[in-house]
Amino acid sequence: MNQTHPTRETDLSFDESDAAQAESGSPFTPHDAEDVTEMLAAIGADDVEELFDVPEPVRYDGSFGIEGRSERAVRRRLDRTLDANADVVEFLGRGHYSHYVPSVVDSLSLRSEFITSYTQYQPEVSQGFLQVLFEFQSLVTELTGMDVANCSMYDAATALGEAATLADRVRAADGSTILVPDYLRAERRAVLENYADGPGLEIREFPTANGMVDPDALESALGEDVLLVYVENPTTDGVIEEHLDEIGSILEDRETLFCLGSDLLALSLLQNPADVGADVVVGNAGVLGLPNVYGMGIGLFACREEFLRQVPGRLVGASEDADGDRTYTLTLQTREQHIRRERATSNICSNQAWVALRTAIHAAYLGPEGLTALADRCTRLPARLAAELDAIPGVSAPANDAYHFREFTAEIDGDAEAVVSELADRGFAVHRRGDDAIQVCVTETNEEHAAELLETVREVMA
Amino acid sequence: MQRHRQAKWDETESDGHEPLLAEKDLTRHEPSDTYLPDDLTRDGVELPSISEPELVRHYTRLSQMNYGIDSGPYPLGSCTMKYNPKFTEDIAGQPAAAVHPDRDPELAQGTLQVYHELQDYLSRIGGMSAVTLQPPAGAAGELTGILVAKAYHEHNDEGDQREEILVPASAHGTNFASAAMAGYDIVELPADDDGRVDLDALSEAVGDSTAALMLTNPNTLGLFERDIEEIATIVHDAGGLLYYDGANLNALLGRARPGDMGFDVMHFNVHKTFATPHGGGGPGAGPIGVREGLEKFLPSPQVRVDGDEYTLVEPAESIGKVHGSMGNWLVLLKTHAYISRLGDEGLVDTSAKAVLNANYLAERIDLEVPFGPFHHEFVASAGETDAADFAKAMLDNGVHPPTTKWPEIVDEALMTEPTEAESKRSLERLAAAFNAVSEADDDAIAAAPRMTAAKRIDQTTAARDPKLSWQQLSD
Ligand SMILES: Cc1ncc(COP(=O)(O)O)c(C=O)c1O
Repeated sequence: MNQTHPTRETDLSFDESDAAQAESGSPFTPHDAEDVTEMLAAIGADDVEELFDVPEPVRYDGSFGIEGRSERAVRRRLDRTLDANADVVEFLGRGHYSHYVPSVVDSLSLRSEFITSYTQYQPEVSQGFLQVLFEFQSLVTELTGMDVANCSMYDAATALGEAATLADRVRAADGSTILVPDYLRAERRAVLENYADGPGLEIREFPTANGMVDPDALESALGEDVLLVYVENPTTDGVIEEHLDEIGSILEDRETLFCLGSDLLALSLLQNPADVGADVVVGNAGVLGLPNVYGMGIGLFACREEFLRQVPGRLVGASEDADGDRTYTLTLQTREQHIRRERATSNICSNQAWVALRTAIHAAYLGPEGLTALADRCTRLPARLAAELDAIPGVSAPANDAYHFREFTAEIDGDAEAVVSELADRGFAVHRRGDDAIQVCVTETNEEHAAELLETVREVMA
Repeated sequence: MQRHRQAKWDETESDGHEPLLAEKDLTRHEPSDTYLPDDLTRDGVELPSISEPELVRHYTRLSQMNYGIDSGPYPLGSCTMKYNPKFTEDIAGQPAAAVHPDRDPELAQGTLQVYHELQDYLSRIGGMSAVTLQPPAGAAGELTGILVAKAYHEHNDEGDQREEILVPASAHGTNFASAAMAGYDIVELPADDDGRVDLDALSEAVGDSTAALMLTNPNTLGLFERDIEEIATIVHDAGGLLYYDGANLNALLGRARPGDMGFDVMHFNVHKTFATPHGGGGPGAGPIGVREGLEKFLPSPQVRVDGDEYTLVEPAESIGKVHGSMGNWLVLLKTHAYISRLGDEGLVDTSAKAVLNANYLAERIDLEVPFGPFHHEFVASAGETDAADFAKAMLDNGVHPPTTKWPEIVDEALMTEPTEAESKRSLERLAAAFNAVSEADDDAIAAAPRMTAAKRIDQTTAARDPKLSWQQLSD
């Protein structure tokens, strides 16, 4: 071979280390050596270290033992790590749902003017996000029928906690009991307990029947000590509550708030909370805007006008600017921690605003017809799947004689734990409910796998 | 001098700027042929019905009427508005990151590994024994940390006796509110003449009823609490715990660790220190760290590793839960990506440049900056001018103004935190914006801002006659 460019010994190794191409300092600090010198000269210091007024005994040498990596290496490593999540089709729900998130949601919510901004302390340069939040509040107002909606809580569980403390502030019952249904998810209840701890509220459970409220049982559980009754529609077992009007009537003339838990999609079809006498509506608004991202969501919080000045969290209102144009601004801030400190209605500061943006975009994308149609689908899919499961020997579905939203429980002849684990091995994740029941959630994002699921259940039960 | 004319869309037909979606189209839809019987459904909903192209234009225009870090400097003190690296969004957006929280741990090993590694990174960075990632924001971290302190005192049969939390006057509002939510009485501590904790006042205030002292270090004036060891001794001798508000940790990355300073419980503000986007107000995440001996009180579950299997464990005397699942997962994933991009050297460089930038900016502005030496932020005084007015006048110069009127220890406070991500040139533009306002006459300041999408907004009317939805606009 005629080699005019002979291979030289140096510079030719492949660097396979993760640290390849990592910078020596931070890649996100723009200073070069000359900048640093000039800046130090202006300050009158010889060295950056001089600027740290930290006593010697508590100094640290910066060796955490965390290795820096190039951007590509970080992505490659995290991609590989996340690949260890099993490749299963999820038929999981119980408060966390998967609906198809259209591309416009990512595309618009990732616009950097939105995502790299913060709370609108300077409304004149933040009209865009303020209007988004105003429109989000309006959306929640319409779907809950309430007079007032805030622009987010952290999640459904903390929103319920905030509703309990609101009840404590606005109601003068003879005690401090928060009455919750026996179907309340343990996680939500655990969060509620922590919000109840400070004000000394007591959480008590009332029994339900057939997956929904038994009005007689509720009435006998009620006493003069109850500040708030919490009911879900749909419940985390997927049951559509059939006694909302009765619950409303029972609570009507009492010192007890009626708090309804729901989500924005269900609300677009199911009974309007305002029509059944609800005082506060909480829940997960993130069913629109976010896929299942390990339980990250956005708490929705809406209530009747009379509680306006006791609402937790941020509120955006319309006003006018010096030109007389309509503008938006954070308002009624005297409720909040930065002004009221220990007497604030809540400690919340940073909230879930960006998720609110995503939820608003998703809802606008679907529009009233699209929302209602999707919600209607969420009542048909579980009915169909339950009927088909019921035809499998050893399965009885749905376990509750009721209409369902997205999901239902099914009774299993045999060991539910073994069935769930066998299903997982074959690529399907469903909930185990106790020793002899499972729970299955079906939406437009997994219905295409329903036939395979049925086939697999048939095999597993055989 | 830099100028900025913010985009502004308005239509003569609407009395505002970009019309609301509801003003473009409001359609009432009444469901028919539903699977559910009528008595279980609502009559209908009235919402905007617009096409995808219109929707995209609507939100694009709104984004143009919004200022973010990517637009220009955002030196909002205490908020650490640093550059948000873009690659973290790609990592968060991948399908493998989207899993259901009720998966059996065996089916979510990848996600749990990220949790476990981040628990470990943060333990090292804070000098803490264990970390929970569950609290969804800084304030939620505070509540969690105080509940841990409460559980500790109850464990020691001192729960009833220790009913007070000490908070310095200059602390953030959430410290007071979080302690109160946990059921504590607040004892406010005055600052000494140097702007730091007054040791005499502290000694006076602590005692048998002290549950904890909540401290931000560097404090909200940017000053390191030099007497931290003595403060820790005073509080610990009285049987109280020391809580670290991590909002200002950016200043100390790699230089000092809360654990080494004697703090027992701390929260991290990952949307500040670790560059996850602030998202127009959130989501953030507020993991907490605890020293040895307090791990058993942490929220449930904790992620542990057993051989090479990641598992979920309930700590022995757990306080329970502070979030319905495992916190703001996507934010935590971005935090992990940021920390592992930077590594030790990047983290140390971050605090170096954050402190260098704050000192350089302070040097270049013509306002009085009382107290010092400060670290990542300083609090200048707007002097005779109202700090809120001063801020409005800065808006026309293409910068976001500082945090105003807090901490109150400085008159007409302008709390300024440029972060490490501003270049020397950018800091000079920022200084010019301060200086132009400090020389402007009262009329010019009163007329500002002129070039923003909205002119000066009337806050009083907004609060007196609240209009919180499009429904209320027509009331
Ligand atoms: C000093 C300080 N502490 C606590 C917080 C509360 O953090 P978050 O907004 O994440 O709840 C803030 C944030 O604004 C802060 O500046």
